[in-house]
Amino acid sequence: MISKMSHVSIYVLDQNSAYDFYVNKLGFKVHTDAPMGEGKRWLTVCPPEQPELEITLMPIEAGMMFTEESAQQMRELVKNGTFGFGVFECHDIYATYEELKSKGVEFSKPPKEEFYGIEALFKDDSGNWFSLGQKNSK
Amino acid sequence: MATVNHPKIYLYRQIVQAKLFIDNSYTEPIDLAQIAGRACFSKFHFARLFKHIYGQTPFQYLTRLRIEAARELLSMDKTVNEVCHSVGFESLSTFSGLFKRVTGFTPSAYWRQQQELKIQLQKKPLGFIPGCFAEKKGWTQKSNIEEVLL
Repeated sequence: MISKMSHVSIYVLDQNSAYDFYVNKLGFKVHTDAPMGEGKRWLTVCPPEQPELEITLMPIEAGMMFTEESAQQMRELVKNGTFGFGVFECHDIYATYEELKSKGVEFSKPPKEEFYGIEALFKDDSGNWFSLGQKNSK
Repeated sequence: MATVNHPKIYLYRQIVQAKLFIDNSYTEPIDLAQIAGRACFSKFHFARLFKHIYGQTPFQYLTRLRIEAARELLSMDKTVNEVCHSVGFESLSTFSGLFKRVTGFTPSAYWRQQQELKIQLQKKPLGFIPGCFAEKKGWTQKSNIEEVLL
């Protein structure tokens, strides 16, 4: 029986820039930052209140995972905002929106009351988009 | 892009500015009057609004931020004494007591644990990576990767 998810991957264009975005802008915590030689790095972060879920910031590189052609295609798809990777929750969406916006995070949808709660949409520094939600109105 | 439609958005902006002031100044001996001043509210009114938005008082938030920063510094090569003062505490005993209450470890025990973890990460990085990813990345084929990193 599966009990929980421990790792999830987000493909990023640049790991250093992604580190800055997820850690310094979103406020995520670094879980593992392991140098793997030849400039490679295994980097995972987690939301502040969810230390058991590691989000792997995975660079798109040609190698065993991608051919040069598929890596290039993948980079274009990510850059063009093809992928929506998930939903983040926060305690107060208006405060979170104002804070992230002041740090330069790009929102494609400001907080809006929907039938399922209040939702906003933002992009990471690579182009991946996420929903930001607050379940219950205060 | 549409703008935010919330009747009290100006209020949020003021509280967020004060919260960012805490984020940027937690290493200094800041007090509630200074923080509330950033939001242009009285101390009482500010503390009430802050708690409504963040679910904790400004002082609780400041303490949590300092302890989180201390955890990060203790995982580097800083001493407990250096960390205590670097994150804005003036008393080592206050720092140690709060740190233990939040993390369950004394600062010294946490420092030792983190140093051990760092050694393991350097010696055996593959122990921290799911095998399927290490394999896909070709890291398991480089049998000498761990020796190379040492």
